[in-house]
Amino acid sequence: MADPMKIRATLQGDVADVRILMLHPMETGQRRDAKGEIVQLHFIQSVVVTHNGKTVLDAQWSQAVSRNPFLGLRIKGAKAGDRISVTWVDNKGDKRTDEITVAPAS
Amino acid sequence: MPITRVGFATILLACLAAWGAAPAPAQSDDPLGVGRKMLAEDNPGELWVLRGERLFREQRGPKQASLEQCDFGMGSGKLEGAFARLPRYFSDSGKVEDMESRLLKCMAELQGLDRGAIIQTRFSNLDRASDMEALATFVASRSNGMKMDVRLEHPREREMYKAGEYLFFRRTGPTDFACVSCHGEDGKRIRLQDLPNMTERKQIQAVVAGWPAYRGTHSTVRTMQHRLYDCNWQMRLPDLGFTSDVSIALTSYLNYQGNGAVIQVPGVRR
Repeated sequence: MADPMKIRATLQGDVADVRILMLHPMETGQRRDAKGEIVQLHFIQSVVVTHNGKTVLDAQWSQAVSRNPFLGLRIKGAKAGDRISVTWVDNKGDKRTDEITVAPAS
Repeated sequence: MPITRVGFATILLACLAAWGAAPAPAQSDDPLGVGRKMLAEDNPGELWVLRGERLFREQRGPKQASLEQCDFGMGSGKLEGAFARLPRYFSDSGKVEDMESRLLKCMAELQGLDRGAIIQTRFSNLDRASDMEALATFVASRSNGMKMDVRLEHPREREMYKAGEYLFFRRTGPTDFACVSCHGEDGKRIRLQDLPNMTERKQIQAVVAGWPAYRGTHSTVRTMQHRLYDCNWQMRLPDLGFTSDVSIALTSYLNYQGNGAVIQVPGVRR
């Protein structure tokens, strides 16, 4: 089962600084396990970030992204309380969606 | 004439070398600092806290129990500040125990999980995660913001502390190393990695307050048990047994020396 993401969104003026941590093995398909067998390719293929339901980032990833990826983006025109939702789907069809609200500027 | 020229060139070279060397200390102070700061702001270790909490509250094992009744010394199920007081003496086991040994005991006794299997998967690798690492990170994180406060009130705790102190300074093994060989003065390194001087309070406090820590080179969180295991291996000593008396004695010594440190876990390490 996919583990939850950790998402942080803080306001700087009208820009939300969004930081996303994902837990994923991101196997390149090149590594061998303890038995010497190739570990199957297993990576996040698509990442979609929405702001109040509107897609603001739609990314196609490859196996070149590191294990436990970190993704940061800035969303213009955000207000405190806005909903930010992140969904990833990997090449095995596993997916995970997490949502948070933008924290007010501190 | 040619000799003078050579002499002049040598002086010039020496000057250049001296200048060239001058900026180096500033760089070697903390060449990894930038990356470390980025990691600390968005510490992947937070994901282990989440996973640990889920594992902690989930009903698992043959007995279908959660770990919520586990006693870390503050009473059953009380986690706040528990890590700050460990290792300490537990009357139910008659031993001084640290966080990992308590977790091991609870997983075996409350949940009925196989002790051998837990020990086998105590450290994660690229092929599988470790429940122990996640659970330890979660439990320790419940003491965040509190000060390390190991008290050594029980005679057995004092004994363990004394044993730990002895082990810390005792040179042993094929390389004739003690912990203090690397951690006894400022400015020691292994390759580019600066080593904390653990005879100095500030530096040891930074150590005990920051484990379990996310290790970038391992892509996972490691606990103090793993840190000690790894040090042991680096000293080419026989493998340090998980939650062995030796490991708990050293942890008692280190944590007591680091008393007063404000706990902030998961830390971030190279």
